[in-house]
Amino acid sequence: MALLEVNHLNISFGGLHAVDEFHVSIEKGQLYGLIGPNGAGKTTIFNLLTGVYKPDEGIIKLDGVDITGKKNIDINKAGIARTFQNIRLFSAMSVLDNVKAGLHNRNNYGTMTGILRLPKYFKVEKQMDEEAMRLLKVFDLDKEADYLASNLPYGKQRKLEIARALATNPKLLLLDEPAAGMNPNETEELMNTIRFVRDEFDMTILLIEHDMKLVSGICEELTVLNFGRVLAQGETSEVLHDPQVIKAYLGE
Amino acid sequence: MEKKKMSKTTRSNLITYGLVIACYLIVQGMIAGDMMSNLMQGLLVPLCVYVILAVSLNLTVGILGELSLGHAGFMCVGAFTSAAFSKATMESIESAGLRFFLALLIGAVCAGIFGFLIGIPVLRLKGDYLAIVTLAFGEIIKNIVNVLYVGVDSNGIHFSTKDMMALGMEPGGKVIISGAMGITGTPKASTFTIGIILILVTLFIVLNLVHSRDGRAIMAIRDNRIAAESIGINVTKYKLKAFAISAGLAGVAGVLYAHNLSTLTALPKNFGYNMSIMILVFVVLGGIGNIRGSMIAAVVLTLLPELLRGLNDYRMLLYAIVLIVMMLLNWSPKAIELRERYSLKRIFGRGKKEKEA
Repeated sequence: MALLEVNHLNISFGGLHAVDEFHVSIEKGQLYGLIGPNGAGKTTIFNLLTGVYKPDEGIIKLDGVDITGKKNIDINKAGIARTFQNIRLFSAMSVLDNVKAGLHNRNNYGTMTGILRLPKYFKVEKQMDEEAMRLLKVFDLDKEADYLASNLPYGKQRKLEIARALATNPKLLLLDEPAAGMNPNETEELMNTIRFVRDEFDMTILLIEHDMKLVSGICEELTVLNFGRVLAQGETSEVLHDPQVIKAYLGE
Repeated sequence: MEKKKMSKTTRSNLITYGLVIACYLIVQGMIAGDMMSNLMQGLLVPLCVYVILAVSLNLTVGILGELSLGHAGFMCVGAFTSAAFSKATMESIESAGLRFFLALLIGAVCAGIFGFLIGIPVLRLKGDYLAIVTLAFGEIIKNIVNVLYVGVDSNGIHFSTKDMMALGMEPGGKVIISGAMGITGTPKASTFTIGIILILVTLFIVLNLVHSRDGRAIMAIRDNRIAAESIGINVTKYKLKAFAISAGLAGVAGVLYAHNLSTLTALPKNFGYNMSIMILVFVVLGGIGNIRGSMIAAVVLTLLPELLRGLNDYRMLLYAIVLIVMMLLNWSPKAIELRERYSLKRIFGRGKKEKEA
C-alpha cells in the first residue's frame, strides 16, 4: 500500500480552478518530485496536503488513514511535515530552540511544571536538548546551536528548516523548492543532504523543485503539473523525455 | 556549548532578580537612615505596581507579539474584585495576612478569567485591529465598574447597575461597591515589602514561562504563525494562555494598587487608556521582549516627574523631551553602534575574545 494516496483532488479560488483532478501515489521510502511551470499549482497542492486549504473535492490518505480536510496541526500529528518556499524560521529564537519547538508535541509537560521548575521539567528539557542536538549534528548545525536563526547563512537556514520539520517525527516530508536561491555547490550539498535524510531517517520525501539538475539527480518518480492538471507522471527519465513535458515546461 | 548557554539564561535571570533585591535593600537602607522624603516613600508601592504591569504587558507585547492597549482594564478587574473581597470579609477573616493573600488570589484569577474571555474574540484579530479592540474592552471594563453597585446582607450578594436603592438590601446590609464612588474603607495592606515580593513572583512566573516548552511555543507563534502551525503547535491555545497569564499578572498589580488606597474609584486616570498607554510606553522604552529593561523604564519614568517637581510648570514638558531623547538614544542605529563600541563588556572582554580567535 502506498504511503500517500491522493485522488480526485480539486480546489478553486473564485473562477480559477487551481488544482484539477490531481492524483498521486507515493510509496514508502520514495523520493518523489513535483514539477511544473510557475502558477501550475504545486504549492497549492502542498497547502492542500498540509491542511492550510481544505479541498473542494478529493481524498487524501496517509498510511491508509483519511486525512482529508483535517486541520494543519492534526495533519502534522498524523505525520506530514513541511518546509516553505520562502523560508519560515522562528527568526528571533536560537537555532536550538527552533528544533526544540519542532519537538513540541513529542515531549510533554504542563505549564505549571514549566513555571515551578518541577523535576519533570529538567528531565524532559534534557531529553529535548539531546534530541535536538542530535538532529543539529546530522545537519552539521551543532556549532551554531546558540545563534539566532536569522543570523545563519541562507543554505544553513534551509537545512535548519528541514531539521525542524524532521523533529516532529513525520512519515512524509514535503520540501517546497529547497534549492531556491542556492548556488550550484550548495545545491550539490543539498542533494546529498536530501538523500542522506531519506536513508538515515527512512523518510518518504515529496519535493517541489525548478532546478532540473536536482530533480533528475535525486527524484525517482515525477509528476508534472500544468495549469493545475497532471501532465505526465512516472519514472523520472521517462517523464523528462515526454514530448508534452518538454513543450510545456522544459522548452524545446 | 550546551552548558554555557544554559548558564547564560540562568545568569541573566539571576541578575534580574538580584537587581530587584538590591533596589529593595537600598531603599530600606535609605528609609532606615532617614534619607527619603515622605513623598518618595508614598511612591514606593505605586512603583511596584508599575513594574509588575510593565513585566506582565511585556509578556503580551514582547513574547506573544500582540499589541494590547487594554491592560489597565485587567488591572481594574483585579483591583475591584480583590478590594471588594477584602471589604466584605473584613470581619469574618481576622488575619490581615490571610485576607490579603486570598484577595490576591481572587484578583489574579478573576483578571486571568477576564483575559481568557476577552482573548477568545480579540486574539482572532491581528496588529492594529487587535490593539484597538483591546483598547475598547479596557474602556468597557472601566465604565461597567463605574456604574456597578454591590452589597452584601444576610440574603447574600446583591448587584445593581442603577443606584444604591435598587440593591434592595436589608437594613443591616453592607454596601461594598457604590458605583462611581467606588470602594471606600479597604484595608491598607500593601507595603513596599509585599510589592517587592510580588515583583519577584511575577518575574519568576514570566521568566520561567518564557524558558519552557510553553514559552517556546508562544515565541514560535510570534515569529511565524504559519510555521508554528506546520509543526503542530496549537496557536489559539498558546495565544490564549499567554494573554490570560498576562492579564492575571496585571490583576496582581491591581490588587497591590487597590490595597494601597483607602478609596478605590475607577477614573480615566488610573484605569483608563492613558494608563494602558503609559504601561505600553514602559514596555517599548525598556525594549519589547526585554523584561529587565521594561522594569527599569517603569522605575525611571515613574520617578522622573517627581524628581522634576521643582521645575513646576515645565515639569511635564521636560518629561516629554526626556522621553523622546531616551527613545532616540535607545533605538537609533548610530546610538546602538556607539554603545557597542564603548560597552563595558567589550572593553573588559577584549582579551578573552582575542584568545578565542
